Amino acid sequence: MSKILKVQNLSKTYRSGEHDLNVLNNVSFEVSRGETFAIVGPSGSGKTTLLGLCAGLDTTDAGEIWLCDRNLFDLDEDGRARLRNENVGFVFQDFQLLPTLTALENVIVPLELRGIRNASEQGRELLVKVGLEDRSGHYPSQLSGGEQQRVALARAFANKPSILFADEPTGNLDDETGTKIENLLFELNKEQGTALVIVTHDLDLAQKTDKSIRLRSGKIEETVG
Amino acid sequence: MGKNNTGFSWLLKMAWRDGKASYGKLLLFVFSITLGVAAVVSVHSFSRLLKENIASQSKALLGADYVIESNKPVNDRVMGIMDSLGGADAREINFSSMAAFPGHDGTKLVEVRGVDDGFPFYGELETKPVSAADDFGTGKALVDATTMLQFNLKVGDSIKLGAVTLPIGGALENVPGSTSVFGAIAPPVLIPFRYIEATGLVQTGSRIDYKYYFQSDEGQDLTLLNETLEPVLDAEDADLDTHLSEARRLGRRYENFGKFLNLVGFIALLLGCVGIASGMGIYVQMKVKSIAVLKCLGATKRQSYLIFFVQIACMGIIGGLLGTTLAYFLQQLFPLLLGDLLPVEVGITLSFQSIVLGISLGLAMSILFALYPLMRTLYVSPLQTLRVVQEPQSRSKWATTAVGLGIVLFVFCFSLWLLGDLMRSLFFVLGLLVVFLVLTGIARLFMGMLKKFFPHSWSFIPRQSLRNLFRPQNQTLVLVLSIGIGTFLISTLYFTKDMLLEKAAIEDRANSANMILMDIQSQQVEAVSHTIEASGIPVIDKIPIVTMRVATLNGKPVEAIRKDTTSQVSRWILNHEFRVTYRDSLIQSEQITEGEWIGKVDSDTNVPISVSNSFAEMAKVTVGDPVVFNVQGRLMNTIVKSVREVDWNRLQPNFSVVFPAGVLEKAPQFGVMTTRTKDDLGSAQLQQQLVAQFPNVSILDLKRILNLLEDILGKIGWVINFMAFFSIFVGVAVLMGAIYSSKHQRVKQSALLRTLGAQGRQILQMIAIEYAILGFLGAFMGVVLAVLASSLLAYMLFDTAFAPSWIPFAIILPAITLLVFALGVGNSIEVIRNSPLSVLKKEKE
Repeated sequence: MSKILKVQNLSKTYRSGEHDLNVLNNVSFEVSRGETFAIVGPSGSGKTTLLGLCAGLDTTDAGEIWLCDRNLFDLDEDGRARLRNENVGFVFQDFQLLPTLTALENVIVPLELRGIRNASEQGRELLVKVGLEDRSGHYPSQLSGGEQQRVALARAFANKPSILFADEPTGNLDDETGTKIENLLFELNKEQGTALVIVTHDLDLAQKTDKSIRLRSGKIEETVG
Repeated sequence: MGKNNTGFSWLLKMAWRDGKASYGKLLLFVFSITLGVAAVVSVHSFSRLLKENIASQSKALLGADYVIESNKPVNDRVMGIMDSLGGADAREINFSSMAAFPGHDGTKLVEVRGVDDGFPFYGELETKPVSAADDFGTGKALVDATTMLQFNLKVGDSIKLGAVTLPIGGALENVPGSTSVFGAIAPPVLIPFRYIEATGLVQTGSRIDYKYYFQSDEGQDLTLLNETLEPVLDAEDADLDTHLSEARRLGRRYENFGKFLNLVGFIALLLGCVGIASGMGIYVQMKVKSIAVLKCLGATKRQSYLIFFVQIACMGIIGGLLGTTLAYFLQQLFPLLLGDLLPVEVGITLSFQSIVLGISLGLAMSILFALYPLMRTLYVSPLQTLRVVQEPQSRSKWATTAVGLGIVLFVFCFSLWLLGDLMRSLFFVLGLLVVFLVLTGIARLFMGMLKKFFPHSWSFIPRQSLRNLFRPQNQTLVLVLSIGIGTFLISTLYFTKDMLLEKAAIEDRANSANMILMDIQSQQVEAVSHTIEASGIPVIDKIPIVTMRVATLNGKPVEAIRKDTTSQVSRWILNHEFRVTYRDSLIQSEQITEGEWIGKVDSDTNVPISVSNSFAEMAKVTVGDPVVFNVQGRLMNTIVKSVREVDWNRLQPNFSVVFPAGVLEKAPQFGVMTTRTKDDLGSAQLQQQLVAQFPNVSILDLKRILNLLEDILGKIGWVINFMAFFSIFVGVAVLMGAIYSSKHQRVKQSALLRTLGAQGRQILQMIAIEYAILGFLGAFMGVVLAVLASSLLAYMLFDTAFAPSWIPFAIILPAITLLVFALGVGNSIEVIRNSPLSVLKKEKE
């Protein structure tokens, strides 16, 4: 199975006041196409930093990241943005919907960025899939947390991404809603063959993935699967 | 990997989607642009319309196609020129004189215009009754309508002008050639030309204009005629004015006022733009997360920047359009405010040019001022979606400098376009920069001092209020700027108007003259003096006047100077008939700047004279230079011994050339006397007595002129204040924008404070203290800067000591502070209405 994400010897240091903070230290792993992958670890272990680097939201200090066969190091910010638009989906803990756009408008942003003409039609289909067809004209502030996360899921899958990054996707939801979102996430993964990279505290969720790594103080402590 | 395929339509769509959810904030920005554009476009369009109307009504304003005029009877050569032009179609002799109204009390200084029947050829004599204009030639006088009302005169009553008494044919409402401003001092009285001689008022020293009106042949090139005849007529002390040159001259007079108002409007627009810049800063801050999400989803830096750029451009266009529409309605007010100061009726139309000006101005200004805050969108990291990321501290220095230079350049170019004068535009931009920099400096200094000397011992509420003044995203700078500039403008205008009136009023208050008697023949001097003193009123000054013309300057005859194309000597010096006095001492309104004052001489060879600095400048003479005067046929050699600076603004007789005592006593002369009457009744009685005994003597009642000056300044002041208040309106819009933009932050802060136990009353107190300080600081700095600017004006322009009036400190300062306070508190009441839980929950969501 070909690799959609390859991380080799990745390190990242942040400056905090007078001190350098080594957040990631020599991290390497791979994710295959269609595979589900979890990154777990305690707070401050570097999970979110790793996710951001893998998705090209930030630049590395050392090491290499190959996403969809492109070395992120070779791309500038706009190049990484285009790569994300074509291949990557996102789900965030705090949903990150654009507050000034309706549910439907939020879902179709990635499609419109690609210049797709019948974006609204596709967007409505995606909202049907997540069970929110009757909420398409609502603004995020008019939706519950679970509904917002479903809109975020629909948006994440809108451009049929090769890989989806999810940062604590159920962290802000109650158990019942969280379970529904998890199921939806895995259903869409199977349906579209999208690789899933999930950052989570939730070990139950991590166990549902094909592979996982446990981070501690910026280093891989354990690899499962 | 291909490019993403969004086009302009997507940017528009995203700008619209985002804009419609933030329309409240954007509307306030649009409001600021609208007011600023309305201020500029209304003044600019009205000035243009006024100029066009003057041009289209130029013939009616002059009453003819062209006129040849002189202030002495024309000689044979000029007569010959006029004959070659087919002869004048109508003649006029006009002068100022006192008029009496038999059967009615009172006398009045009027402008007597003796005109041939048939005048005007364009426009019309507007009279009441209308038939009076037709009956004019039958030997009746037409008297200014206001004077008729003032003296309760009726058609059929009489008017006495010198030795002639004529029946009044009607009230004169409008006549070509009479201006309303001069008409208010000496209102026009029209009499048939044939009666002028019989009045006996055409005497030595009388200031008389001789005019010859012409109708041109079809297709005649008046500009060419002017160019051909002007030098010839000039040499004969005559002048040719065409209706075109008259329109230009009149247009220029109003143009300067229009330009000044345009600048006041432009400042209002700039103020609005400062508000936009500040509001956009807060707006972009609120959009940081959204921009990060967009970048996460694949939007490029350029795309996320352009979404907000398109938004601001649309706001500029909408603001420009609304501003132009508002300007159309505002223009309807100008004729009401200016009243009869306008020379023609102005038809207000909404022109294509105004629309283009409004839109371009709205667009250019809003984009220029929003560029800097918008640059922040470029630096928003997509990582903001995952966690709080510190943005790079400095933006591109190159881009920041380019934006700053762009703004200064645009402001300079636009000022240059408005003023048409490089130096004035430079001074305007420099002055503006100084005011902006001083206010910015003061605001920053205030914040710095507050931080450094923070009163830690104060109680919680005032401490929290003070902290709000220098917290991140505070409004201190923008509010001090907008309130400061608005107050500065209004206070400066107030001080300037006050200074002009005060200067005139000093003369009235002091123990100086309040009545000037002119055109007193030498044989009348003693009798007039006796009449005045018999009324128990003192004669303050007896000023002898001798008329003369310049014959040679530095040995060069006037004729030769006229022919010398390289000569810098003013035509006015060569053509003017000077009214010269002689005395042995200087008077209050003058002081020697060069040379030595010589008050008395015994011989009339090389007489040491004193000239005003304006005479010296225009005649290109200095101390030691010889000047020969033609004193009514006799040449008199003089040497410039001193140059005086003369305060022409004082309401008293001043002179360009002063001879020493001992030379001109025996020359043909007439006199001017000044006196001081006790009250209006005494003044009226003396005037009546003098007119009855000495009909040729003209009387200027300075109190009336002061009232008139006050009235004119009042009307002009109204328009200026009206425009200055626009700056305050814009300031209010900016203030509301700033309050509205930061409401989110205040709501959150208030919710947290209330969660910790603060009461609504305490939170309101904090807000109240904050706005009271901001209002006071901005308004106080505005008034202080106005005092400095007015002192400069007083020193450089008005040449007077400046004692600031208390009104801006006692009324404008507290009023503006109160306005800011009320707006700030009023708009923040909603902040304490939200329950802390709902705010925090919303925040979490």
